[in-house]
Formats: sequence, C-alpha cells, structure tokens
Amino acid sequence: MTVRESLPIPESADATPIVVDNLSKRFGDFVAVDRINFAVRRGEVYGWLGPNGAGKTTTIRMLLGLLKPSEGSCRVLGYNPATQAKAMQAHVGYMSQLFTLYRDLTARENIRFYGQVYGLSRASLRQREVEILEMAGLRGRENELTANLSGGWRQRLALGCAIVHRPRVLFLDEPTAGVDPISRRRFWALIYAMAKEGVTILVTTHYMDEAELCQRVGFISQGKLLALDTPARLKETQMRGQVLEIACADAEPAIRALHSAREDGLLPLGEVALYGAEIHAIVPDAQAWQQPIRDLLEAQGTAVQSIDWIAPTLEDVFISTVTSH
Amino acid sequence: MTREAAILAQGLTKYFRTRGGTVCAVDGVDIAVQRGETFGLIGPDGAGKTTVTRLILGLLTRSGGRSAILGYDSMHDTYAIRERVGYISQQFALPPDLTVLENLRFFARVQGVSPAEQRRRIPELLEFAGLTQFTGRLAGRLSGGMKKKLALACSLVHEPKVVLLDEPTLGVDPVSRREFWNLLGNLRAEKGLTISVCTPYMDEAERCNQVGLIYAGRLIASDTPQAIKRLVPGRLLEFTPSQPERAAARIERMEGMLEIQTYGLMLHVFVDDVAQRQAEIVAALATEGIACEGMREIEPRMEEAFISLIQRAQRQQEDTAHPAQRPEEGP
Repeated sequence: MTVRESLPIPESADATPIVVDNLSKRFGDFVAVDRINFAVRRGEVYGWLGPNGAGKTTTIRMLLGLLKPSEGSCRVLGYNPATQAKAMQAHVGYMSQLFTLYRDLTARENIRFYGQVYGLSRASLRQREVEILEMAGLRGRENELTANLSGGWRQRLALGCAIVHRPRVLFLDEPTAGVDPISRRRFWALIYAMAKEGVTILVTTHYMDEAELCQRVGFISQGKLLALDTPARLKETQMRGQVLEIACADAEPAIRALHSAREDGLLPLGEVALYGAEIHAIVPDAQAWQQPIRDLLEAQGTAVQSIDWIAPTLEDVFISTVTSH
Repeated sequence: MTREAAILAQGLTKYFRTRGGTVCAVDGVDIAVQRGETFGLIGPDGAGKTTVTRLILGLLTRSGGRSAILGYDSMHDTYAIRERVGYISQQFALPPDLTVLENLRFFARVQGVSPAEQRRRIPELLEFAGLTQFTGRLAGRLSGGMKKKLALACSLVHEPKVVLLDEPTLGVDPVSRREFWNLLGNLRAEKGLTISVCTPYMDEAERCNQVGLIYAGRLIASDTPQAIKRLVPGRLLEFTPSQPERAAARIERMEGMLEIQTYGLMLHVFVDDVAQRQAEIVAALATEGIACEGMREIEPRMEEAFISLIQRAQRQQEDTAHPAQRPEEGP
C-alpha cells in the first residue's frame, strides 16, 4: 500500500509501527494505565483485551495523540503522538464502537465526507470510493441512507470510512459490538486482507472468539499488562487450574451439590457453572479430582455420565488471568 | 400427564404494514420451552428475535397462531402474565438518578410487591446480584456489568416463574458476561426458573438447554446445542494456508468439500471424510505452491453451526426468490 498524499514515514519505524514504552496515564490519584510495554509488528493483528475500565481505550487515546501520557512514551510509525499528532494522522485510522457515520447521508456521501476530511484529491477520492464500496460489499446500496442499512453493513461502511486515506496503522475499538456472527466473520476477513497488505492493526473486542483470531493478544486489567502472547501460548501458560466437563442425568441438583461441597471445603473447586445440560468446574488438577467429584455426586444420588478434562477456551484463560490478579 | 410448556408459541405469525406493502416479520414459529429450561433465541440482525419475544409477552399483537406463558394467553391474559413474568428489553435503562436500592424498591412498587415482601426479597436479590455493598450508589454510576445485574435483580423482584431477556449482556465485558450467566445458571439450578434469552453471542447459546435459530422470521432449527451442531453435515478441518484466498478457491473445486468458512487467517473446511480429504487438500495445495500449517480436526462450535445453517437458509431463500427480506451476504 502506498501513501501518496502525506509525509513519508521514517524508515526505522517500518518494522514495528507501534511501540509502547513504559506508558502510564494518571487521572488525579487514579492510575488508568500503569507502566505498559509492548510493540506491534508491521502487518500484525494485535488484540488488546481487558474488562471495562481496564485502560484499553485510554491506551488507544494516547496512541492517537488525544491524551498525553503521564509517564513513558509511545511511538506510532516513528511519530510521537503527543507532539506530532498532526503529521501522524495521515497514516493512522481509527474506528470506535460508536462508529461515527452520518445517518442522514448515503453510504457514498459518508465515504466522500471522510475522504474530504482527510484531504484526498478529487481523483483519488473517486478511486477510493469504488474500492471501499467494493470491499464493504456495498455496491448496489451506495445511494441508500446510512440510517436504513443494517448493523453489519453500517459497520463495514464505518471501517471503509476509517481507511479512506489508506492508513498504515489502524486502531479498532470494539468495532463489532452488537453485530451478528456472519457479519463479524466478514469483518475479520477484511481486517486480514488489510493486514496482508502491511497494515498494522490494534483491535479491542469483548468477543473471545475474535480474540482467538488475533496473532498476539495482550490482557490488560486495572491498567496493568498481565500477559502478552499468541492465543495458543496464553492457553498453555496463563490458565490457573484445569477445566472438567461433567455430564449427568440431572444437572441442577448436581451443581447445587458441587456448590455446597465447595463451600464446605470438601472439594477445591474454582468456578462451577452450568453450560447447557453440562457443568464446567475448574479444579487444580483434572486427573486427581475426577474421581472424588464422581464419588461425591454419586453419593448424592446423581448418576454421572461422564467427566472429561477439556481444553480451556481463551475466555476461560482471560477470566482466570484477570480475576486472579 | 402432559403439562403445557412454560413458554409456548404455535404457528406464531406477525405481519407489519409498511409503505411498500405487508412484511411478514414472524412466520409460523413453534416454540415450547419446558419449565426450568433455559432457551436461547439466536439469529442474524433483523431476523425477528425481538419481535418473537414481544409477541410472546403480549407487547405486540400477533397476526396469527397462538402464544402463551404458563398457560396464559399472550393477548388475553396480559395481567396474569405481567404478574408472573420478568422481562428485560434490549433498550432497557434503569433510572440513572435512583440508587441501586431505590431502583429495586421502584420496580417492586410498580409490580405491587408489598412492603413486607420487599423487606424479605430485596436483601436476597442484592446478595444474589453481588450488589449488597453498592446499595447507595446511583444506577447511572454503576459499571456496565453491574447495571445488567441490577436490571436482572429488578426483573426478579416480583418472583416471576419465567423471565424473558432480550440481549441482556450486549456491550458487557467477558468477565461480567460470565458472572451474569452464572447468575442465570443459579436461578435455573436453585429456583427452577424458566428463562428465554435472545443473544448475539454464540458461546452464550451453548449455555442454554434448548436453542432456536431464527432466520427471516422463520425458526429454521430448534434443539439442544449439541443437536444443532450435529445438523451441519461432515467433519471440520482447521488449518492456516499460506494464501487463504487462493487456497479457498482451489478447495472449492475439489470433491468431498462440503463447506468452506474463513476464520481470520485460517480456513474451516467441512469434509465428508477427514483422513482422505486432509491428505488430498495438502497435496492439491502443494501443487499450487500453497503451504498448509497446523491442519487438524476440530469440533464445530455453535458459531460454525450458526454460519453454516444461516448460509444454507440464505441460499434456499435466494433460490426461491422470496422477496420479504434482504439478507446479509456471507463471509
């Protein structure tokens, strides 16, 4: 991808377009972001995950140059966002969960509007319009009012508007909130198509199945970076305890029995929860505790069909990491 | 002895009149949720999840069919339903200028709960929702997850036997979402509550006893999560090809490939025979100079099943050129 209508990017920043170095942000006594370090490689899709209020958006706002760090620094494409936001802007795209589209403009008019804001020439705007309508699957609907487009279409249009100026780095803050699974898959296909062309993408999401799609994922909680690795490695290294899936004839009395066994200290159970007709229980050691759980349930008159040690999901790992700190 | 289902819809139908004519928003939907079950209603945006919920509650007038909660007809016994049913609508907002405790009292009074009963139930609900320490906090100043838990507590203040929840965890972070669902699980296990939930989260659908998949107003599948996943034919291979688009195009032409879904950098391919097709895929892609990394068989999740079943329904709809809805294109 080439950037034609803006300043050149420093050569050195090409391999790692996002560098965060000991970054902190305080609001009075409240530490929103607490000495965070990470770097994102060119063309990488980096997931930035945390509970609400963990500091995700504050980090992004510092990377966009909207907030000044209290300590430490960050670089985006070699620019210091705190002092060079203006020069940086031509290379950076941003889309938030409240995708700011004008509902009373058509799809095409929204693209045009954003193109003009970014100062695209008339010729290159005409070309981008076609490309973006194509990419977002909006051909044939370009003259419809944005208000009449459904969630998935609007979301892809918002992405199109965020990249109208061909940014090299893209920040996506919960871009898929409230969109159905098919639209979300399409959206991720677009993200990866851009990454393949060398766009570097930092994305936050509350959907853990999307987090699995990121090449690397950082877990942030209460301003601190708790873990950073590939989804597969995080599952190996960060999960505290192992997950047992318990199938029995009648799950309701079984889970009541497990809850009281935990309260009475009979079994060292972490979270115990219903998953459809089954129960998931977190134990320190799956093999060691399978039999005692079976014995306890059978002593209560619950027929146990199976107890299997299952792989944790990224959500299990995320919750385990965030709640144990 | 057969007891009537706690939540029932038979041939439930709703037409909306629009400028362009009549649109069938709900088309002959049959639902039967037994007492104590958790039922999840899933489907693409605009498929009719909210309309079905509102018809069953009697908030919208049905055009045809029958619907009832606990044997009470949605349209004729609305007062009996109000007394016995809790509801959280999608746009539900708690009065932000009331505290947690005032909110619970407010909803208790709306539901006609006596002061003596309030004194018993409200502390229980605060404890249940983990809000005991926050009774004095304004609802507007609660975190997103705490708001949802308070909304759930408010919907339970009149001790309903049935609750209907329309996307109750939208926009909530994974930790709060998990807590919310653990609360729903406790209600099922401890109180035998019947729960119906509309949700855009496929992992939440896996936590229900029964799942209904709705598309263009019609219920295209309704069964346990396991059975719904089994509706997708074939077995599922996952791998990362060095060139996903070219790989997908090549595989599409091969025999035994039932369905291809993109999954980030990976492909998900449903095949008729794992051992045979796995080798054939690797060989075919190798001739094109495409490498395959990490090929393995995985269990389809509700998300893969959802995508497969909805896309199949879309293709069928396109074939019959049914004009009522304009579906999203697939990934």
